[in-house]
Amino acid sequence: MSSLATVVRAESFEPPGPNNFDLPGFFGSSVTKPMVLIVLAAIVVFAFFYLSIRRRALVPSKLQYAGESAYGMVRNSIARDIIGGHDYRRFIPYLVTLFFFILVNNLFGSIPFLAFPTFSRASMAYALAGVSWVLYNAVGIRRHGFVGYLKLQTVPAGVQAFMLPLLVPLEFFSNILVRPVTLALRLFCNMFAGHLLLMLFATGGLYLIKEVGGIGYIAGPLAWVLAVAIAFLEMLVQFLQAYVFTLLNAMYLQGALADEH
Amino acid sequence: MQTVVTLAAAAAGHEENPLGLVWSEFILSLVVFGILLYLIAKFVVPRFEQTYSERTTAIEGGLAAAESKQAEADAKLAELEQQLADARHEASRIREEAREQGAQIVAEMREQAQAEASRIVEHGKTQIEAERQQAITSLRAEVGGLATGLAGRIVGESLEDDARQSRVVERFLADLESGAGAN
Repeated sequence: MSSLATVVRAESFEPPGPNNFDLPGFFGSSVTKPMVLIVLAAIVVFAFFYLSIRRRALVPSKLQYAGESAYGMVRNSIARDIIGGHDYRRFIPYLVTLFFFILVNNLFGSIPFLAFPTFSRASMAYALAGVSWVLYNAVGIRRHGFVGYLKLQTVPAGVQAFMLPLLVPLEFFSNILVRPVTLALRLFCNMFAGHLLLMLFATGGLYLIKEVGGIGYIAGPLAWVLAVAIAFLEMLVQFLQAYVFTLLNAMYLQGALADEH
Repeated sequence: MQTVVTLAAAAAGHEENPLGLVWSEFILSLVVFGILLYLIAKFVVPRFEQTYSERTTAIEGGLAAAESKQAEADAKLAELEQQLADARHEASRIREEAREQGAQIVAEMREQAQAEASRIVEHGKTQIEAERQQAITSLRAEVGGLATGLAGRIVGESLEDDARQSRVVERFLADLESGAGAN
């Protein structure tokens, strides 16, 4: 009977799951927390850059220096280094917006009281991946024409003719179809899983202390310590995901603009 | 155990698919991202780019200005050095000239002094000669007078007569000269 008792007790613990991400709207409306957060992120990003560059001083203040460093990181180490040439200037606004929008939204996951990474809602990640997909394909079609662009993306250079029937569908699949899916899923899954893990350690720790007792008094706080460690790891992941998303966007744009690879 | 399984199954049935598309969130994200992109492109990026290019021109302009100033300074220094060399050259030329002139003046003066000296000597000589002649003439007259006076007194012969007197003197002088010549 004692084994059954532990089963019953363990069963009464409700582990956090996807339902925890499906939050109800505020005050019975359909406005949910991620919706508010995504707007807040846009305001934060714009306010930061707008205030930092408002004076346009040749000798920058601290705030302007911070803004310039942030802007220059995306401008130089992503846009210029990857797209290069003189094309990259056109894409600076897009890439800067993309990086900092994702970064701030992700960091919301580690900010107390907000504590929700916006892109753990898949639909929001889909939206950015969709924008990216439309943009790089449109840029490529405008540069090379529809057929020329398809040829660029699907026919690898320097391959013998008999291999082409095999490679062309594969390239089409990987370059045209899969890219937006992997973009969206990479971002969504990282944010979703990281937040889920945090919730699991936090609620599990609480449950161990309150409901289990005994060894739970040691295991519970240990879980919380681990939760803190995971929270720091999450901050790294949050930054990296924003960086990777933007970097891949720049690479896709560069690939669409390239003459022949 | 049966209940556990059924409970879990029931819970799974309620759960929404986290990968499902929620249109309201999808569209809101597009709109918010679009607005942010517009604002960044319109108000932020041009200002950063302008600041960068202004800074670049300011730095490049500063460098160019410094370079031209440096070149100007170099030119001025070279000019001054040239002037200094010219001045030194001029000074040594003037010194040389002065030395030459000095030597010339000294030579001239010496020549002049010598000429003057010789002129004075010459003048002295002629004066002496003239005085000598005068002295001879006056001595001759005086000696004649004295001699005749003395002879008259001695001889007692009146030699008042001029013609005789001069004849006697002449003779006496001739005797003297011949006597001197014989000696």
